[in-house]
Amino acid sequence: MDLNTLWFILIGLLFAGFFFLEGFDYGVGMLLPFLGKDDRTRRVLINTIGPHWDGNEVWLITAGGALFAAFPHWYATMFSGFYMAFVLVLLSLILRGAAFEFRSKLGNPRWRGAWDWMLFFGSLLPSLLLPVALFNLLRGVPIDATMTYRGSLVTLLNLPALLWGVAAILGFLFHGAIFLSLKTGGEIASQARAMAEKLWPPTLAILLIGLISSIFTTDVTARWPVALFLVPLLAVGTLVVSGVFLRRGRSGLAFAAFGVTIVLVVSSLFLALYPRVMVSSLSPDWSLTIYTAASSAYTLRIMSYIALALVPVVLLYQAWSYWVFRQRLVRESPLEY
Amino acid sequence: MDTVTLARLQFGITTVYHFFFVPLTLGLPILVAIIETIYARTGNEVYRRMAKFWGKLLIINFAVGVVTGIVLEFQFGMNWSEYSRFMGDIFGVPLATEALSSFFLESTFLGVWIFGWNRLSRGLHAATMWLVALGSNLSGLWILIANSFMQQPVGYTIVDGRAQLIDFGALITNPNIISQYPHVLASGVVTASFFMMGISAYHLLKRSEDREAFWRSFRVGAVAAVIGCVLVIAVGHAQTQHIAQSQPMKLAALEALVNSEDPASFSLFSIVQQSEESISELVSIRIPAVLSFLTYNRFSGEVRGIKDIQSEYVARFGPDNYVPPVMLSYFTFRIMVGAGFLLALLALVALILVWREKVERVPFFLRVLMPAIGLPYVANTAGWLLTEMGRQPWIVYGLQKTKDAISPAVTPGMLMFSLLAFTIIYGGLMVADIYLLLHFAKRGTVEEEEQVEHTALAY
Ligand code: HDD
Ligand code: HEM
Ligand code: HEM
Repeated sequence: MDLNTLWFILIGLLFAGFFFLEGFDYGVGMLLPFLGKDDRTRRVLINTIGPHWDGNEVWLITAGGALFAAFPHWYATMFSGFYMAFVLVLLSLILRGAAFEFRSKLGNPRWRGAWDWMLFFGSLLPSLLLPVALFNLLRGVPIDATMTYRGSLVTLLNLPALLWGVAAILGFLFHGAIFLSLKTGGEIASQARAMAEKLWPPTLAILLIGLISSIFTTDVTARWPVALFLVPLLAVGTLVVSGVFLRRGRSGLAFAAFGVTIVLVVSSLFLALYPRVMVSSLSPDWSLTIYTAASSAYTLRIMSYIALALVPVVLLYQAWSYWVFRQRLVRESPLEY
Repeated sequence: MDTVTLARLQFGITTVYHFFFVPLTLGLPILVAIIETIYARTGNEVYRRMAKFWGKLLIINFAVGVVTGIVLEFQFGMNWSEYSRFMGDIFGVPLATEALSSFFLESTFLGVWIFGWNRLSRGLHAATMWLVALGSNLSGLWILIANSFMQQPVGYTIVDGRAQLIDFGALITNPNIISQYPHVLASGVVTASFFMMGISAYHLLKRSEDREAFWRSFRVGAVAAVIGCVLVIAVGHAQTQHIAQSQPMKLAALEALVNSEDPASFSLFSIVQQSEESISELVSIRIPAVLSFLTYNRFSGEVRGIKDIQSEYVARFGPDNYVPPVMLSYFTFRIMVGAGFLLALLALVALILVWREKVERVPFFLRVLMPAIGLPYVANTAGWLLTEMGRQPWIVYGLQKTKDAISPAVTPGMLMFSLLAFTIIYGGLMVADIYLLLHFAKRGTVEEEEQVEHTALAY
């Protein structure tokens, strides 16, 4: 395997990790108005992700940095091309990040209420827009011979891509609800579990619709050997398993199973892309690939050493931070903030 | 307005805004970590209250640093796609390394620090703050390595019109970073120590309840301020001498030196008239030979002026205007240096008063220290404006011009939208942030009422 492929896989893993971790963060943010009936409950909900959300968001930042280092043309074409979508994502992330640190600093209910809504919308918009952007990489967007994007924001908002946006919103709500049922106790936990059970059927439905529509709107059927279709199929399978575990009250296993679903869905996208990174709808010759978009071999080698040295350490201490905060939170817990 | 102007405006506003919060995040964790280490070793409750108090202000500041940083991470691709294509090979490496080595570190351990007071031992909890300090200062190192390449390209070769990295070692030992990084590190310490002294001064003046905590904080601040000021000035001097070699045009601009001189004179006050084609001195009061001394440590030696360098660059790079905004470079430099010496003086007085235990007997001085919190911020902003504008018209010195670096896919309309949106949201955040900082700074070390309520609620 060459380094270009290695970095393609690494970036896929960074996105998978990001959607796995920020998935439940965004889910908790979006569940806030539904499960947080009073201020104290909302504090409990927010505190379940309080110590972790920033570390989780760094997965996205790292994915951006890794894109820049390994595939500068991909970075340049995607971010300048999908300009308006990313401006909206950035504005959401700004307000959301500020909300975490600011909301509980003052007691005024209007102050808190305003930040709670920013948490909600700041979680909703990236959940919608990031998958829309990523699916368009595969579906194809107008890229010309100079690797310049020739579309607009509306180009991105096509039905198949929007389906994935909706799928991500439902999926993250489901993910977040299971997460809450694991990290809280008492009444909050049982309500979160009930919510997860309600969310399971629509999540399954939209995943199926999304996958089927993708088969018809992309070129996978022409490119994939039959065996590869097992990957999205397994994604459906793990989601079913997750629902079964949930019914039996095994939230931990349900959470793990749906985590696998997320990773498999992202993997399917990257498998369908490979070896391209952005498909051009104007001409197949103008698609960006892991070779035409890449840095020099020297840079890729340096980056590989750096990643090899640092990634294990990062994984270790992030895992440690989850272990430190493993206790369930209940309304009566002492809450720092 | 055209795309280049708008993109520059947006980049300028978002980075200056980001860097408004960065220096405190660089310096304050070090001071909090020192304080908390004393608590961990002695168990003295005063230090625990101090760590909590300063830590809370740090968190509020950190939040805005984080959210504004995200914008920058993606802005290179969004607004400067041609730059990203040209530089990706080199620039992406420190950027990705920064995320892996520092952002994970600071964000994870700050999270643990905030929520971990009752879950970790005292020593371990203090250690998490040390890791935050390490993370934020490492992050500064990596991003400045990237910036240093733009000031002084090293370790690269040009292949097919793109810069390619050929020597990673040269990239991270760029002569420019050797003086830039300590300067920024020290400016963080200066910012944090004056922040600490100014707020402590407020409480000492007001005779707040917890005098002990603020008196001790004041002491920590005074010691750190003296160290920081000495460093920032000494390194700043070295930096100026370095620029004389690496970017002579920037030096000539910040000295408003229109014609070459040997020995060169130092400007006390100059006004230069500058247009696309011509440049001339209107007023200039100069001290003979001092600039030669500052540049070469002796009272002779040629320092080249703007006109000569312009002709040389036209011969080397082709016809264009290579003169950065002269008055801006000139005044930002003088504002920064002026602030530097003023801060050093204040720090010295503070240390002497601490030494003699006379701080509270000079209320006038305490009152001066409160607005002095703003001085490092002025110097920081001026310093970056000088560094970045003084490099114009280059985005990468000698290799790529700013006007060639922008994204062709982005229209002025889109830029106008994002510029307005960022500016408005940043304005709102700034107001909320300063309000919160003032609120908590004034409240002092009393723990939140809610915390008390918890104890009542617990079990
Ligand atoms: C000398 C220091 C310095 C400089 C020049 C910059 N930054 Fe910065 N940055 C920091 C020092 C820092 C920091 C101290 O590490 C911050 C500030 C507040 C914080 O949370 O970390 C940070 C935060 C921060 C974050 C958020 C990290 C997180 O989520 O934890 C990002 C993505 C960036 N920065 C990116 C950038 C980019 C792309 C810059 C170039 C234009 C830049 N920063 C200039
Ligand atoms: C955080 C501190 C920084 C501040 C306050 C700052 C400030 C500025 C300002 C004011 C401009 C506008 C200059 C002009 O329009 O003439 C600018 C431009 C720019 N700077 Fe910085 N800068 C900082 C750090 C960096 C770093 C670390 C990098 C890269 C690693 C960088 C890269 C750029 C780029 C790409 C531009 C756009 C081109 C231009 O307008 O000149 N800056 N910066
Ligand atoms: C009196 C002494 C000082 C001198 C001689 C000095 C010198 C310099 C010079 C020459 C630069 C431009 C570097 C470049 O273009 O590459 C610079 C930048 C800068 N200065 Fe200063 N400075 C002084 C004091 C200060 C103080 C007191 C602060 C803040 C507390 C400060 C903060 C900065 C910052 C943030 C930058 C931009 C980053 C950089 O390029 O290093 N400086 N300084």
